[in-house]
This record gives sequence, structure tokens and C-alpha cells, in this order.
Amino acid sequence: MSEMSVSVSTASVHPGSQPLPEAPAKVTVRNLNFYYGEHHALKNINLTLGANRVTAFIGPSGCGKSTLLRIFNRMYDLYPGQRATGQLMLDQTNILDPKLDLNLLRARVGMVFQKPTPFPMTIYENIAFGIRLYEKISKSEMDGRVEKALRGGALWNEVKDKLNASGLSLSGGQQQRLCIARTVAVRPEVILFDEPCSALDPISTAKVEELIQELSEDYTIAIVTHNMQQAARVSDKTAFMYLGELIEFDDTSKIFTSPTDRRTQDYITGRFG
Amino acid sequence: MAVQSDIVDDVGPYDRAKALSAFKLGDVTFYWITRLSAISVLLILGGIIISLIVGAFPAMKEFGFAFLWTQRWAPSADPPVLGALGPMYGTLVTSFIAMLIAIPVGLGIAIFLTELCPQWLRRPIGMAIELLAGIPSIIYGMWGFFVLGPFLANTFQPFMIKIFDGVPVLGAIFAGPPSYLSLFNAALILSIMVLPFITSISVDVFKTVPPVLKEAAYGVGCTTWEVVRSVVIPYTRVGIIGGVMLALGRALGETMAVTFIIGNSFRISSSIFAPGTTISAAIASEFAESDGLHQSGLILLGLLLFVLTFFVLSGARLMLMRLDKKAGK
Repeated sequence: MSEMSVSVSTASVHPGSQPLPEAPAKVTVRNLNFYYGEHHALKNINLTLGANRVTAFIGPSGCGKSTLLRIFNRMYDLYPGQRATGQLMLDQTNILDPKLDLNLLRARVGMVFQKPTPFPMTIYENIAFGIRLYEKISKSEMDGRVEKALRGGALWNEVKDKLNASGLSLSGGQQQRLCIARTVAVRPEVILFDEPCSALDPISTAKVEELIQELSEDYTIAIVTHNMQQAARVSDKTAFMYLGELIEFDDTSKIFTSPTDRRTQDYITGRFG
Repeated sequence: MAVQSDIVDDVGPYDRAKALSAFKLGDVTFYWITRLSAISVLLILGGIIISLIVGAFPAMKEFGFAFLWTQRWAPSADPPVLGALGPMYGTLVTSFIAMLIAIPVGLGIAIFLTELCPQWLRRPIGMAIELLAGIPSIIYGMWGFFVLGPFLANTFQPFMIKIFDGVPVLGAIFAGPPSYLSLFNAALILSIMVLPFITSISVDVFKTVPPVLKEAAYGVGCTTWEVVRSVVIPYTRVGIIGGVMLALGRALGETMAVTFIIGNSFRISSSIFAPGTTISAAIASEFAESDGLHQSGLILLGLLLFVLTFFVLSGARLMLMRLDKKAGK
């Protein structure tokens, strides 16, 4: 029974996930612990995100995968009572440094959320807004950047005639791609995807997944997903987390075909989670 | 099986149509009760307008449209001369200054409470705001009379005169002999009185901004100020303007506190530190001892306030629609 499910998963592992050569580390996590007040949510996490690789985080709800993602751009800082200990390096920058400029960090580490979050402004402004935070550029240059970002988000052809329409007027899938375009426009180094397709229909999901693949040529990508097929399709490396611990972290093809840990195997074959 | 169907037969068939018709009656009753409640609003509004017009008719006939641009208010002259320019000017100026102060301060408090305030400070400030709304207006009037008035006349006005002396326009706005009772005093009191409206409504609508939307804005690297300016305020614009309109309506019509401290002078002065009057203050201070044409003139003033409020509020609504268009909705 379990072996059958494993082989089903194997079939959908994308061809590119044959173990790639080991990439240089972009983000290094060493002995990372995270607390929500008293609750110890992440326990001694160690892993590296390879540059220009897609790393997927899977695990049952509440295992801490989104929590981990939200440490990479210090999003948890917005809420009192949450703290992280350990070491977390983005190249040579210590992300956990309390004196770190969070705005600059978040420009380097972009994030796409579970639900599409277009800002309450026009499509054009949704993109230009982020760029303007960091750069003073002319109108024509801005037009170029907006177009490039929207192309990067595979949305240009659908919205080029209505750039002045509200971002909220787009469909859910388009909104999510607008959010990806907005993230890309700021020219980050790392992009975090927090269950980016959970609110999307299958066709939009396929588009976003394709986009993630393309983006990995230029960016280091981390994606949290509940959909194991999705992890298998888009990622190079997969991390399986359970109850705040990193159980297994390896090449995606290895995780989905011959996991070493019993719990990983149980999870990917659908015994729990 | 057979046994069960026997039992059902004994009880008699369940009459679905009858049961439904009972619901229908309830539905119709419900519909009419809600409908009448809604219609009663129109009836009351219409009744008030009609009785105002009837009461104001003698004055309308006597003074015509000149009522609108006559500054003189001499009910005991022979023949009496009544003009609404002074009270209208006072109403608009005090409300304008009050909003000028209350909108930024009220929004500032709301932003601080929702985005920046440490948890332990949130409740005390929130409660203070609510208490502010609960203070009776006469208390504000007395405070304005005994505390704010002297301070404005003895300290604040000389200071402003010193700064703006000789500056065209601004110099005239702050000039004049010191007076405890003034337009500015009334405007300040009004701004404090409407502050809770703006703040509490803004706090409520700010709380409706989805956290993930704010996180997204922080996620592209916004500072708190940028998040508030570009996401929180645009997202809640309709609610904020609703709160501001409510506050403006209150400011335009506020009577007791203003009557206490505005000085009840019908003369228009360029200085905001001079005494003036508002429509509601004029009515409140003169209505009891008025009769005949004088009383009719005061009722006409009331009608004017009605119209003025209507225009100001519809103007705000129009502005809102234009904003929506600009935002591409």
C-alpha cells in the first residue's frame, strides 16, 4: 500500500530534480530556535538554501514550516513576544542581528503570501510602489521596470491594456501573479513563497508553479506547501518538518523516492498529516 | 417497514403547505415592520423640513435672498433687519478650523493605537478617548470659558501676533484685541469634542485591514509610515471619511459649548480671535425671548443650517466618489 503511493509520487517528480550539483549556500541556518512567547516552535534547525535552487518545506499543519519562512525576512518582528535564537546568515549578513535594517533585509528577501495581497491601488502602482521605496527613477524608466516585472510575473499580456485598473479587479490567480511581479520588481535575492497556490484553482496553480521554476534561474527560492505533488514538481531540495523539528532535508527526488526517516515516509505516503 | 408507515398514517400526513403558509405570514409581517421603520425615517425628516419651512416663511417673505448676505442682525430695529451672514460664516469657520485640527490628531491617535502602541498603553488611551466622547458638552463650554479662553487671550494670541505681525493675510487672521470669547476658542473646543468620533471610527476601520496585507507591505520593505500611508489609509478610506463626516456634522450643529464661548457677536471680523457666532449658538441664545418675525428669522437660520449640513456632507460624498474613480475602482 505505502509502496504504491510512493511510486505515484515518484512519477510526478519533475525531470529537473535529478540531483543538481551542490549549489553555493545563499542562506545558512545554524541551530535555529524560535519561540512564540513560551512555546518552543522551532527546535535546532540546521539547513542551507542553495543559491538559485528551489527548496520546498513540507510537513503537517503546525509543524513550523511557515514559522521558519517568516524568520528569513524577520516578519515575526512585527509581533511582540516572538523571538529567534541561533544563527541565520544571508550571504555574510546576520539576519537575526537586532540592529539590522529590516527594510533593506525585506528588499533582499521578498515574500509571497498564501492569499493574494494586492495593495489598494492600480496595477501599475502595485508594482511601482515597491520600486519607488528604494529607487528614484524617471517615468519612462519606471514604465520599463513595471513592464519587465509584469512580464516576470507572466501577467503582462493579460493586463497591459488596463494598467490603471485596480489591482483588486483581477482574478485570484492574476492577483497572485501580480504579487509575485511586485516582489520581483524590487529585485530581491531570495523569494519566499508561503503556500502561494492554496487559494488558487488548478490552472492558476500550474501557471504559478511554472513561474517559480523560471524564477529559480535568477533567485533563490523557498516554498512552503501542503501539496506534496507541488513540492515534487517545483523543488530541487525538500525539507520535511514535524513538530518544530527538521526531520529530513535532501534532494527532492531522494525525499520522495527513498526517504531515510520513517516519519518522512509515513507523511509522503499519506499515513498522517 | 410496514409498521412504521402505519404509525405515520395514524398521526395524519404532515401538511407542508399549511406549515409554509404560517411562515409566509410571518415573512410578510416582518417585511412590513422593517419597511415601515425605514419609511418612518423619511416621514420624520420630511416633517421636520416642512415645519421648518412653515415657521421660516414670514422671514423668507420679508427678507428674501438678502437674508443670506446681510451681515446686520437687528431684530429690535424698526423695521427689523435680519441677516444670516455672520452666523453662517462663524459656523463654517469654526467647523473648518476644528476639522483642520481634529483630522490629523484623530488619525494620528488611531494610527498610534493600532500600529505602534505597546499593548499595555492601548487600553488606557482607548478608554480616555471614549471618556472624552462621554463628557457633556456644557462641561467643554465651561472649560473653554474658564481655562482655554484666558490662556488663548493672554498667552497664545500675543504669541501668534508676534510671529505673524506684518505678514499679509495671516497677520489679519491673528490680529485684534484679546478676548476670552472667540471663534478660535470655539473651534478648539469643537476639535476636542469631535476627536473621539474620528479616532474611534478610524481605529475600528484600521482593525479591518487584513494583517497579511500589512505584512505584504512590510514584506516589500515598507516602513510603518509607508504601510500606513500607502496601504492602511487607502484601504480604509471610505470608513475614515465616514467618521470625518460624522464629526463634521457634529461640529456644524454643536450648540451648548459653542454658545458658551463664542461671544455671540453677529459682526464678521477677519481675526479668528474675535468673538463671533454660529447658527446654532445664535438660535440657542435668542430663541427663548424672541417672537414674531425675530423668531421666524431664527427658524430660517435653523433651516439654513439644515441645508448647509446637507451640502457639506454631500460635498464630502462627492469627493469620495471622485477618489474612488482615481483609485481605479
